[in-house]
Amino acid sequence: MESKEFKNPVVSWIDHRLPIFSFLNHEANEYPTPKNLNYFWNFGSLAGIALVIMIVTGITLAMSYTAHTDYAFDSVERIMRDVNHGWLIRYIHMNGASFFFIVVFIHIFRGLYYGSYKAPRELLWMLGVLILLLMMATAFMGYVLPWGQMSFWGATVITNLFSAIPLVGENIVIWLWGGFSVDNPTLNRFFALHYLLPFVIVGVVVLHLVALHRFGSNNPLGIDTRGPQDTLPFHPYYTIKDFFGLSVFLTFFAAAVFFVPNMMGHPDNYIPANALQTPAHIVPEWYFLPFYAILRAVPDKLGGVLAMFGAIAVLFVLPWLDRSPIRSARFRPIFKIFFWLLFIDCLVLGYIGAMPAEGIYVLIGRLATVWYFAHFLIILPVLSVIETPRPLPQSISQPIFSAAGGGLAGAMSAPKEKVE
Amino acid sequence: MKRFLVSLIGIVMSLPVLAAGGGDTVIRQAEWSFSGPFGHFDKASMQRGFQVYREVCAGCHSLKYIAFRNLADLGYSEAEIKAIAAEYDVEDGPNDEGEMFTRPGIPADRMPSPYANDNAARAANNGAYPPDLSLIFKARPNGADYLYSLLTSYGDAPAGKDVPEGMYYNAAYSGHLIAMPQPLYGEDVSYADGADDSIDGHAKDLVNFLAWTAEPFLETRKRTGVAVLTFLILLVGVSYGAMKFIWSDVKKA
Repeated sequence: MESKEFKNPVVSWIDHRLPIFSFLNHEANEYPTPKNLNYFWNFGSLAGIALVIMIVTGITLAMSYTAHTDYAFDSVERIMRDVNHGWLIRYIHMNGASFFFIVVFIHIFRGLYYGSYKAPRELLWMLGVLILLLMMATAFMGYVLPWGQMSFWGATVITNLFSAIPLVGENIVIWLWGGFSVDNPTLNRFFALHYLLPFVIVGVVVLHLVALHRFGSNNPLGIDTRGPQDTLPFHPYYTIKDFFGLSVFLTFFAAAVFFVPNMMGHPDNYIPANALQTPAHIVPEWYFLPFYAILRAVPDKLGGVLAMFGAIAVLFVLPWLDRSPIRSARFRPIFKIFFWLLFIDCLVLGYIGAMPAEGIYVLIGRLATVWYFAHFLIILPVLSVIETPRPLPQSISQPIFSAAGGGLAGAMSAPKEKVE
Repeated sequence: MKRFLVSLIGIVMSLPVLAAGGGDTVIRQAEWSFSGPFGHFDKASMQRGFQVYREVCAGCHSLKYIAFRNLADLGYSEAEIKAIAAEYDVEDGPNDEGEMFTRPGIPADRMPSPYANDNAARAANNGAYPPDLSLIFKARPNGADYLYSLLTSYGDAPAGKDVPEGMYYNAAYSGHLIAMPQPLYGEDVSYADGADDSIDGHAKDLVNFLAWTAEPFLETRKRTGVAVLTFLILLVGVSYGAMKFIWSDVKKA
């Protein structure tokens, strides 16, 4: 990175010895970004902001929260009723988890649609999947902290999954609990980890950004940028676009926090945890429902657990399952259909996860689970061989179709010129 | 890709309905002053609801997250709150001699519970635990209409439905058999302000009161929400304009 001259002598002096200003200027100001990014590229920065919102509200909540089975529920009510604006901070944190997942799920599906996981961005993608895993662990442990009925029973169901591991399963569960059931030691360690993991996420996010800035953003055409005519400096073009996206995001977020704060929660979590009374239906938070459906789709306990973790594992190896060199679904007509089928399949899995595991729901859940894995393990590898992609444009600024040629492309590209 | 967002919002919005489940319970609907984005509490009704709670529910149900000082939200003056608190005996201590003692309540005290502990509550109620009512409004799906229906749906069991000893038939309760005897009969609580004292009136007043005990900050929340959303919608407009202005020198590819 070449050092840059700054007008301010203090900044210049510091930058000569510690080039943070050059670094920031290079990575956040000049950083060349494809000029054709659509609004789906807003969700990366939104996820980062959601993480910051969660950390700030979370630290504030921790100042008034008591991690003890006798006091946790009461301390949350104390926050809601007696801490200044405690209800606001807690509702932001509670709904923030849901909105964080909404943003990240859109971010992931955007990556799937436009092939953002393909070379040379495989590690960028894998770090993202790792962030998703860490988010799931953090969210799960956070949901336990208010110590309501769903907190307790959710923790019991999920930690019990590890008992499916052959031979050592039971011992692992006791080790996780710190006792012989979900109890005070469990709550304490979950609180400690729930406080720790977000900072681990921050660390992986930094790596995610380093990997991103190596080759820059993918774009809706999925082709590489070929020079300055294809890119714009990140600031002000994408800072203002991200700011606009943020204001839209905050509008939806505020609508939920102020008007339907408990919509995405479960009423049972306003009942204090009771180890002697099992709720009629133990339902995880909505963002876990597709995975919960996969877990329950397999009749064998160990098989179910493996399938659930497998659902994430296939995402890790996705760059090697989809071998098609074409990134964007815009130029892959068959892939595009299967992308939307996968999307619908995930919605179906989410719906099945919310339903009791009986009757027709079991069958639908199994079919949807098979489809999910078939998409990644069979359809994508086969498609990369048999699909004939549409012709790609030569560059972002000159959408001349290499194979189509002729008058149409010429007519389209003629009036284009870059003013900036 | 636009469909994507629309569907996602759709599925999220429909989840609570899915999770709530069905069953053959009969839920009646009523108008509530606190619902909607401009919702507010009906203080007169809440005071009557508090009276119903004290005269009927408080025999079995605690309200442990409510302190007497909170009653200011219902429109009571400081002197009235002190007087209400003083009507209760509160256990305090230990004193300098190490003894627990009883004294009249003060505004900082929480509402005393009718039973010494959960086991005593169960023992006095045929093994069924009368839950604390502070959060009951939020602890049930569709809290307002559900509580209103539960309080007004006692009746004779249809032919063929066996009602065991100590259980009561209630059309709004899951499974229709509830351990709580019918609490409201109408006219058993006499209102000073001459308001509707039918079962229906009592139930609505009680729901208004319990909506407040569960979410005492509801009015502040909604009022703040209107201001915040107004600001954010303006911000969306301004930031959109700023974005279009900055991007005006870039030709679309």
